[in-house]
Amino acid sequence: MEKTMNLTLRVWRQKNRLSVGKFETYQLSDISEDSSFLEMLDILSEQLVADGHEPVAFDHDCREGICGMCSMTINGMPHGPEQGTTACQLHMRHFHDGQTITIEPWRAKPFPVLKDLIVDRTPMDKIIQAGGFITGRAGSAVDANAMPIDKQTADYAMDAAACIGCGACVAACPNASAMLFTAAKVSHMNSLPQGKAEKDRRSLAMVTTMDGEGFGGCTNIGECEAACPKGIPLDMIAQLNRDYAVAQVKNFFQPVL
Amino acid sequence: MNLDSKIPEGPLSEKWSSHKFKMKLVNPANRRKYHVIVVGSGLAGGAAAASLAEQGYNVSCFCYQDSPRRAHSIAAQGGINAAKNYQNDGDSVQRLFYDTVKGGDYRAREANVYRLAEVSADIIDQCVAQGVPFAREYGGYLANRSFGGAQVSRTFYARGQTGQQLLLGAYSALSKQIGLGKVKMYNRHEMLDVVKVDGHAKGIIVRNMVSGEVSRHASDCVVMATGGYGNVFFLSTNAQGCNVTAAHRAYKRGAGMANPCYTQIHPTCIPVHGDKQSKLTLMSESLRNDGRVWAPMDKEAAKKIREGKLNPNDVPEEERDYFLERKYPSFGNLAPRDISSRAAKEACDDGRGVATTGLGVFLDFRDAIKRDGKHTIEERYGNLFDMYQCITGDNPYETPMMIFPAVHYTMGGLWVDYNLESTIPGMFVGGEANFSDHGANRLGASALMQGLADGYFVLPYTVGNYLGEQGVAAAGQVTTDHPAFAEVEADVKGRIDKLLTINGTESPRSFHKRLGHIMWEKCGMSRTEAGLKEAIQEIQALRKEFWGNVKVVGDADSINPELERAGRVADFLEFGEILCRDALMREESCGGHFRAEHQTDDGEAMRDDEKYAFVGVWGYEGEDAEPALHKEPLVYENIKLATRSYK
Repeated sequence: MEKTMNLTLRVWRQKNRLSVGKFETYQLSDISEDSSFLEMLDILSEQLVADGHEPVAFDHDCREGICGMCSMTINGMPHGPEQGTTACQLHMRHFHDGQTITIEPWRAKPFPVLKDLIVDRTPMDKIIQAGGFITGRAGSAVDANAMPIDKQTADYAMDAAACIGCGACVAACPNASAMLFTAAKVSHMNSLPQGKAEKDRRSLAMVTTMDGEGFGGCTNIGECEAACPKGIPLDMIAQLNRDYAVAQVKNFFQPVL
Repeated sequence: MNLDSKIPEGPLSEKWSSHKFKMKLVNPANRRKYHVIVVGSGLAGGAAAASLAEQGYNVSCFCYQDSPRRAHSIAAQGGINAAKNYQNDGDSVQRLFYDTVKGGDYRAREANVYRLAEVSADIIDQCVAQGVPFAREYGGYLANRSFGGAQVSRTFYARGQTGQQLLLGAYSALSKQIGLGKVKMYNRHEMLDVVKVDGHAKGIIVRNMVSGEVSRHASDCVVMATGGYGNVFFLSTNAQGCNVTAAHRAYKRGAGMANPCYTQIHPTCIPVHGDKQSKLTLMSESLRNDGRVWAPMDKEAAKKIREGKLNPNDVPEEERDYFLERKYPSFGNLAPRDISSRAAKEACDDGRGVATTGLGVFLDFRDAIKRDGKHTIEERYGNLFDMYQCITGDNPYETPMMIFPAVHYTMGGLWVDYNLESTIPGMFVGGEANFSDHGANRLGASALMQGLADGYFVLPYTVGNYLGEQGVAAAGQVTTDHPAFAEVEADVKGRIDKLLTINGTESPRSFHKRLGHIMWEKCGMSRTEAGLKEAIQEIQALRKEFWGNVKVVGDADSINPELERAGRVADFLEFGEILCRDALMREESCGGHFRAEHQTDDGEAMRDDEKYAFVGVWGYEGEDAEPALHKEPLVYENIKLATRSYK
């Protein structure tokens, strides 16, 4: 009663950062529709290993859609055709027998390909390192209920904090902009009372680092929102732009950075 | 093996504060002379690295993922316990301590658990200060929910993503220190061995998983926060990369491995669908606050449901066996994990299981939706329901969820004393990687608590104390030029070469699956003497086969997932045997360890406090020798040992 399918895969193969990559075509048969997309790739890997070839290297870890490690563009869409889903949570029931599936790494200048489908996303870490934190040394905190935060604000911060840092927004953006990623962190922290003290520094430092790492500018295309597996809304970019503008003005009169 | 637990003198409630007062301090100007290695960037490792750097130490932090933000702590869903008593419902440090010891089936060390309960409140303060967006009530104060094994509401949560939000909090603190240059972060690096100099841990050997380069790193001490070993079962809720290598390598260098048989099988996971499955997905235990667990009373009805001929919604109320509510009326659906898992297994063994495999029971929200409305349930569990639907294709608002137990957490781990220092001086172990706080069973929402307690509030003190004791003259004296580094590095390289040159016919994944099958069938939810003896023999044979016939494609000088897996499976193949030996030695049932020979007439676990109230610590005796068992007696001065009852 389990439905299975046969597939043709076109997969990007690239030995390392410096080499030139190309698509290879593979045939897979009897894939269960209950398998996840990455389990399908596991089966491909086993098939390749059995034939003495190197398996396709891809990033993955939790396979629960939360760690943000998996990163592949499936039929032209980061994380594949399903809305609000990471590649690891995509299931084969969304594909059909005989289909050809094209799998590529994230394509973005700041994310060089390390091997096959694996890219280097450390520039995103650098944006966080620049200001994506609320300084609160262990041991210095006051009682957690000392500062009530209205539910609306807390919920908004949580919506923003849901970002898993996978980089699909960057991969989807024609400019390879990291605005949605940066905006999510800025919106999370700037909206909370705890985050106000560093608000201006944070907005300026994160945007400056984002630009410095080679991410493109935002031209309001909205592909990022469509590709985001966690539904981070475009409004957050508006919030970032507001906070950044205010910080710039303040910085002009009295430097905060 | 020296198993001095170094529990401070004095009454329980004063031990930690008086111990902190007696500790050696390192003056702020001298801290920058020390270098600390932290392996792992989850809650324990990330928080420890950030806190030690805040104090002024130089830290190097290593993780195998591409960013420290991806450590598997991120996947914890339900919440984090803390004795805040914000609900005014009778919670206290004393009660959290008691619940944790009882939940652990009286196999944890009292002093450690008390400290955990004591610092739990500070964790919530710390996380809120960092901007962790915990759920709040309309009045603006923090919300709580209840969780398995407790009768108070002490669990703080951030939707179904509590682990993610807490980890991102630790990651942001860590990132700040990376930005300041106080922490040097090594992403995509795997620790492959520990280096001892004059008996003390003074560094590690790692492999850069991108370039393949094997390198030496020296330090004044090593903190290991490398997670649990659930993947020895192949299928578990752990991330794909979770492994026992770092802990097992430490064991082979002299660290004691404590209570490896205490493995937690979580009751609410999505049932297995086929033999190509790579992992099991957990549905948060918090679902049991509103979902009711049941199986059909009638085997025929169960069969029809399995075959898709009967819709579970059409099973009338009187033909449903709400077995947790029936067996444990006072805790009901919130019975602890080990007990709930066994009850589900019992129903399935009885032929009343559902799901296509017969290995599943229902978790039904029909009554909760009727009572509170769909909107409320959606607000509480929306993302979990979506995840369930995404994986199974079923809509849990309309048809009951199906769940089955799966390996989830490992209470056992490297033995540590009160200072979280292992039997190798200078090697500290935090989080799931150590054995210290959960006894034989961990309560829900306590893993996050322990990881952060170790990372933010225990290790920053005890590591400083160790460094203070070593004296500032010793700071930075050991370098990678020491011959011990060359020796261990050669071992590591030799092992990699060996794996690549066997050139057999079977893939590492295939060996891993076969090991997992042995472990699950013979050392899973129910264990017997005969089964464990068979398992040990089968694992030994499989290990031999592995070293003769594993096929590792690719090379050592680039990204090679096959080589990474082969190394991890090789260690699981050794470690699995130790786990089975521990299970065989422990002739009692307690918590997550259930020996079929030791049960009451109604199938409950039967402990043997006279003979087994000790920590079983295994010491490495050489490549072909059996490991040696050492014992740390568990002394209960404050809690009276009792038969655990949730009835």
